[in-house]
Amino acid sequence: MPLELGSSAPDFSLPATTGETVSLADLGDGPRLIVFTCNHCPYAKAWEGRLIDIGNDYRGRIGMAAICSNDVANYPADSFEKMRELAAAHSYSFPYLHDESQTVANAYQAQHTPEVFLFDAGGSLVYTGAVDDSVEAADASASYLRDAIDALLDGGAPKVASTKAVGCTIKWAA
Amino acid sequence: MRIQFLWYPDCPSHPQARQMLAQTLKELGVEASVEEICVRDWEQAREHRFPGSPTFRINGVDIDQDGAAAMGVALTCRTYDRPDSGFGPLPGQRQLADAIRRAASL
Repeated sequence: MPLELGSSAPDFSLPATTGETVSLADLGDGPRLIVFTCNHCPYAKAWEGRLIDIGNDYRGRIGMAAICSNDVANYPADSFEKMRELAAAHSYSFPYLHDESQTVANAYQAQHTPEVFLFDAGGSLVYTGAVDDSVEAADASASYLRDAIDALLDGGAPKVASTKAVGCTIKWAA
Repeated sequence: MRIQFLWYPDCPSHPQARQMLAQTLKELGVEASVEEICVRDWEQAREHRFPGSPTFRINGVDIDQDGAAAMGVALTCRTYDRPDSGFGPLPGQRQLADAIRRAASL
């Protein structure tokens, strides 16, 4: 089970593809969005564009970071070097962080890529699960994550607080 | 025609893939022997040269040989680069249908 609603955001300090180290506090004092994702998974690839759009559309209003926690030994496409290439090629506006020890994925109890965790300004988890309801962008009809962010920014709470994240499982080291 | 359908239970793509295969065979009016192979671990993945889930082989030939080669052996969801709709966890229906048509010489 992922982190329970209302839980505090677990802290982290991880290397970013841009060279610096990024912690939870670096994402600011407002709402914060943590996305577990990776390079190799087709579900992560399919939702990547929508997450980039969310990063651009809400820049300055929420803090956002993407984290890749997959075992690099068996999934070399998720290596830090490959992460760097992807973030640069697709001009990520948010930090893409490498959780090599997998401790952060464990702390968030993340299970899939992609899987999102949205925290309010007080640091409590208010939405977790999927970005929207279809891996195919053209078929998506319920924008769970955008709706949750909009509700927070309007001073309210998300109407839908959790959904099932659909994607690859996080690849744990043996 | 002999079709192998290989899948990995930790990847959510296989129910839709199975349905896509059945529907495509029906629409084309092709009779085929379908063998399902569930790949559960790395040992089985190496044994079956499994490039990810789902994988379709028709008479022993992958429907996307270049894609399979790019994946290598992988215990995860498979990425398809679909001509009409970009990257996704399933092949395009036309991609699958074309492979079946070629094998059936339709």
